[in-house]
Amino acid sequence: MSYSNKVIDHYENPRNVGSLDKADPDVGTGLVGAPACGDVMKLQIKVNDQGVIEDAKFKTFGCGSAIASSSLVTEWVKGRTVEEALTIKNTDVAQELNLPPVKIHCSVLAEDAIKAAIADYQKKRGIAPTVKADTIKGDRRELVSKGVLKAGL
Amino acid sequence: MKIPIYMDYHATTPVDPRVLDAMLPYFREDFGNAASKSHAFGWRAEEAVEAARAEIGKLIGASAKEIVFTSGATESDNLAVKGAAHFYREKGRHLITCRTEHKAVLDSMHRLEREGFEVTFLPVGKDGRVDPDDLRKAVRPDTVLVSLMHANNEVGVLHPIEEVGKITREKGIAFHCDAVQSVGKLPFDVEKMNVDLVSLSAHKMYGPKGVGALYVRRKPRVRLIAEQDGGGHERGFRSGTLNVPSIVGFAKACELGRAEMDEEASRVGALREKLRRGIQERLDQIIVNGSLEHRLPGNLNLSFAYVEGEALMMAVKDVAVSSGSACTSASLEPSYVLKAMGVGDDMAHSSIRFGLGRFTTEEEVDYVIELFVAKVKKLREMSPLYEMVKEGVDLAEVEWANPH
Repeated sequence: MSYSNKVIDHYENPRNVGSLDKADPDVGTGLVGAPACGDVMKLQIKVNDQGVIEDAKFKTFGCGSAIASSSLVTEWVKGRTVEEALTIKNTDVAQELNLPPVKIHCSVLAEDAIKAAIADYQKKRGIAPTVKADTIKGDRRELVSKGVLKAGL
Repeated sequence: MKIPIYMDYHATTPVDPRVLDAMLPYFREDFGNAASKSHAFGWRAEEAVEAARAEIGKLIGASAKEIVFTSGATESDNLAVKGAAHFYREKGRHLITCRTEHKAVLDSMHRLEREGFEVTFLPVGKDGRVDPDDLRKAVRPDTVLVSLMHANNEVGVLHPIEEVGKITREKGIAFHCDAVQSVGKLPFDVEKMNVDLVSLSAHKMYGPKGVGALYVRRKPRVRLIAEQDGGGHERGFRSGTLNVPSIVGFAKACELGRAEMDEEASRVGALREKLRRGIQERLDQIIVNGSLEHRLPGNLNLSFAYVEGEALMMAVKDVAVSSGSACTSASLEPSYVLKAMGVGDDMAHSSIRFGLGRFTTEEEVDYVIELFVAKVKKLREMSPLYEMVKEGVDLAEVEWANPH
């Protein structure tokens, strides 16, 4: 697989690898993917009282582009509000990393990981969820049929 | 030590310098067409080809007349499987093979299915081997061909060819064996094994790419319908001008393989064991895929649990290996060979194939051990699965989101 320099940079020097305390009420944890599919992402965010994501950590089991996609979104969500973080789209990730078509699903997973982490945080704090859980947990074909994802991704 | 290190000997092997030396005159002064019967250029080429035929035959216990030259093992597999099925179609329409065969055999079988043949794809055990009893049970009165490889290209596992050969001979069924990965590395004897058709490839045994052979038994005679029409070369089995320099190189590779087999098999086998132990002793949850006992000396196929294969290959880019992970292919399906052996998708995604061979050194093995241990540790630090397991989570019990 030939990757862009950005993927290789994120893969070789991943940003924000690690874990936050998942019992902390300010921390939201998203775990998406499945081992049988070859990629699992865990994304954690720590949100302050102003609703700003002040820290983010990830751990990823997956190929180079899955690791790069998760590393990139930890950088992107930091300093954003929860609402702003939810505007990050998989296409932004794919474009930034110049992912080959066969690796687009890695960027989809990264977007899902953000949504899942925020949903977990909101649930913990008793905030009405911005994104419905079923749009995160459904499989890809289902997401396409609902118009959440573009076909071909 | 030269970087990168080559440990992908199942994909191809470097040409042995002695093989290249043998080939060179046939590009220069002895460039004749072996089919030119009217002058000395043709005669010399023909002489070289006939000597090569004998040399290649000797390696597998065959006579020169039983060797048909091809462009490589894919062609040999196609010619053997389709050629025999087509010849014997009036006798019967049932064929038997195995789920872990090379695509050249599997896809030939699938084409024959579309033509109206019935094919039984035998399962393999966890060790990667076909059970001869399963084969015996699969045989029908209308079975005309069995195709089973000697050594598997992914896991290096050896099938019980001799036992299968007894069954096919007893039942009068033609037996094809793709022996590409094993010939020149382990003993292979068409008489002892009762094999009727054998696919060989030069570039898997330190010869050049683009040349191979099909052994076609004469006694008892096995028949084929040629796939390629033309000048009737190779007793009508395979038309086309012979690739003389490569055939000469192929024969030299066979001669070297025969002379050095025992010494090389034990040396390469010891290096493979050093590599396996070096990794398994220093990392937990490293699984060997397939039988260690019935295996090519130079093959090691490991699953590095909780680490994805392609990511690992990126981390060890100084070492040329291959992975059964889907991420290395366009298909997004992990290795069908590992799947047939009952290896879970998660572990198939984590698999790496090491192929050691003639030019692998102990220094290289030491380097590879150190590199893999360091990189797997690093990737496990980054793996949510490894973290969960260390926390006592049973991954099989987790309800995973986003299955795709």
